[in-house]
Amino acid sequence: MYASFAVIIDSFPYLIQGAFITAGIVVCAMLFGLVLGVCIAIGIIYGPRPLRYLLNLYLWIFRGVPVLVLLFLFYFGLLTYLGLNLSAFASVAIVLGLTTAAYQANIFKGAILSLPRGQFLAASSLGMSDIQAIKSILLPQALRMSIPAWSNEYSIILKDSALAFVIGAPEIMARTQFIASRTYQHLPLYITAGIIYFVLTWLGVRLLLQLEKSVRIPGYSDHGTNP
Amino acid sequence: MELSQFYQDLLPALNKGVIMSIALIIPSALGGVCIGIAAGSLRTYGPKFIRKLCDGYAAVFRGTPLVIQLFVLYYGLPNLGIYFSPYGAAVTGFMLCSGAYQSEYVRGALLSIKRGQYWGAQALGFSSFQTVFWIIIPQAMRRALHGCGNEIIYLIKYSSLAYIVTCMELTGEGNTIATEYFRFTEVFMMVGLYYLVLVSCAMLILKKVEQWLHVPGFGHQES
Amino acid sequence: MTAAKTILEVEGLHKSFGDNTILKGVSLTLKEGEIKVLIGPSGGGKSTLLQCINCLVTPESGTISLHGNTVNLENKKELYQLRQRVGMIFQEFNLFDHLTALENVTIALRKVKNFSKVSAEKRARLELEQVGLGDKTDLYPAQLSGGQKQRVAIARTLAMDPEVLLLDEPTSALDPELVGEVIAVIKALAAKGMTMIMATHQISLISGLAQNVLFMENGVIAEQGSPKELLGAGKQTRTQGFCDRLSDLGEGGS
Repeated sequence: MYASFAVIIDSFPYLIQGAFITAGIVVCAMLFGLVLGVCIAIGIIYGPRPLRYLLNLYLWIFRGVPVLVLLFLFYFGLLTYLGLNLSAFASVAIVLGLTTAAYQANIFKGAILSLPRGQFLAASSLGMSDIQAIKSILLPQALRMSIPAWSNEYSIILKDSALAFVIGAPEIMARTQFIASRTYQHLPLYITAGIIYFVLTWLGVRLLLQLEKSVRIPGYSDHGTNP
Repeated sequence: MELSQFYQDLLPALNKGVIMSIALIIPSALGGVCIGIAAGSLRTYGPKFIRKLCDGYAAVFRGTPLVIQLFVLYYGLPNLGIYFSPYGAAVTGFMLCSGAYQSEYVRGALLSIKRGQYWGAQALGFSSFQTVFWIIIPQAMRRALHGCGNEIIYLIKYSSLAYIVTCMELTGEGNTIATEYFRFTEVFMMVGLYYLVLVSCAMLILKKVEQWLHVPGFGHQES
Repeated sequence: MTAAKTILEVEGLHKSFGDNTILKGVSLTLKEGEIKVLIGPSGGGKSTLLQCINCLVTPESGTISLHGNTVNLENKKELYQLRQRVGMIFQEFNLFDHLTALENVTIALRKVKNFSKVSAEKRARLELEQVGLGDKTDLYPAQLSGGQKQRVAIARTLAMDPEVLLLDEPTSALDPELVGEVIAVIKALAAKGMTMIMATHQISLISGLAQNVLFMENGVIAEQGSPKELLGAGKQTRTQGFCDRLSDLGEGGS
């Protein structure tokens, strides 16, 4: 019992450093996924037919193949095949970003389609181009509506980021495994790691809730809470 | 047409792996749904203490990565003298994790049933059991179906994590061949294709079931 | 009418939710074929009274008697019996959303009264035709208008052969243009001699149908009498004042 505590206390700073790396992976992946997801959503809604097929194929692949397989394919497969040299951190961020983009695209697609058609018509009637209308009228509304779903996506990506250890990115999970293999205190260490993930999930969700509140427009219901 | 040695090795290995994957997915999905229904109902209607307990269960399993849960089961519990086989650890972990997510959909579905539905039944003289059996369950089932079905699709993808606790399924078999021939790209593209087929089949079945149970005014309206 | 026997007797009902007392000792008797109308401001206890009579809400004290037999509210069997014999129409219809109009009517017949499928359907079609929905039997609630939903709800209740019908503001949740079709059904029921207690804000129902008007306020029946006594020209009753305000607001019309 005492040995367990000692290991946890000794390794805690090391694990917390890992938490920063995990957070870095998640933030990079989410932002990359956000930009790509918005582009895909707009492409699917407004793009020409061939592009739409292509993008739907993208969604199908990235929503159907496990993250673990994508990681192996990207890191051990494609990078070697193409002769590229990329850090484990960057690889995980890219793979998770590509995955979450597929899900985020669906979220934005839903949000944009749920906007009343009048919004686009009104923008066009004021002389805005399609791009201007999307950028300054549709996106600000759709992005606000997407925040609750985004918080869900965040917690998924955070948990998926634990898979980064298979390619050796030095995040929480990899560090925990490293210490556990040396001290044989598997149970207390993995529980500690679990608690760190739990706190990170909770923190992120709180933060996004705060963001949602701070950008809320009075009288604008995006939850359908109004009767 | 003669397949190269590589493919002669790869395809049987993947076929063997996919059978193992299915053997992981089916009991996990069934167990997850059962746990989800039980925990979801208790979280909605249970006595306060049990409700809190089940809320705690769902929060823990939804708030931590599945890898950690599997590691605790497979590498952690032996510290306490509890040993799992790789297969046992994987199925147990999948069931518990999936059940936590399923309970969320079940709870949401139960909460979405308006008080008026109970009253309407009671006013006609239904007993409590009849109300639950004929009114609440058929409605909750339809409301929860989409979420629960998607959860099973997630489960198919996450079954790849069984490889991490050394249970040789699709991903694991693929990895063995990939390391042997050092041809990761082809192998994992092939593995990805297998998963795509599994997931697509599950989606198709889910869609069929949804259509079969469809009632106007229920379920979700996404394409 | 004087000879008609008493069907339902309610004595000293009390009900509170937390600190908020909704019913402070309400009593009423209902004779066969009688129609009583409950009016009064919202929050006055009309809905709660009707829900208590059907035991959807359990009153804290007071008795409910059907044909002179006091119902033991603790006994589930007696409760289910009471509810089968006292029908209830809700403001929000409360149709079962996963069942078609026909199934909404048959389900209670089959499960509660153990009708066979065939005879339940026969009866259900008859009731739906009576309310003018013979052609809508296979539609789901989500595909019906408010007025049609309320008529299905009425058919569903009538199929159980209730001796008393409780109607809780049956037209309040409807769009104005749909109120008429429901009122027509209720008037037809009245003409057939159905015993009813109805909470409503609909002036035409109050003056046209009620034999007895009960004005409820703050959990008690403040005034009662025939429409003539309470609403006749020059009567300075609170009921009169309340109804005048309703007409001014245009809520009463149709």
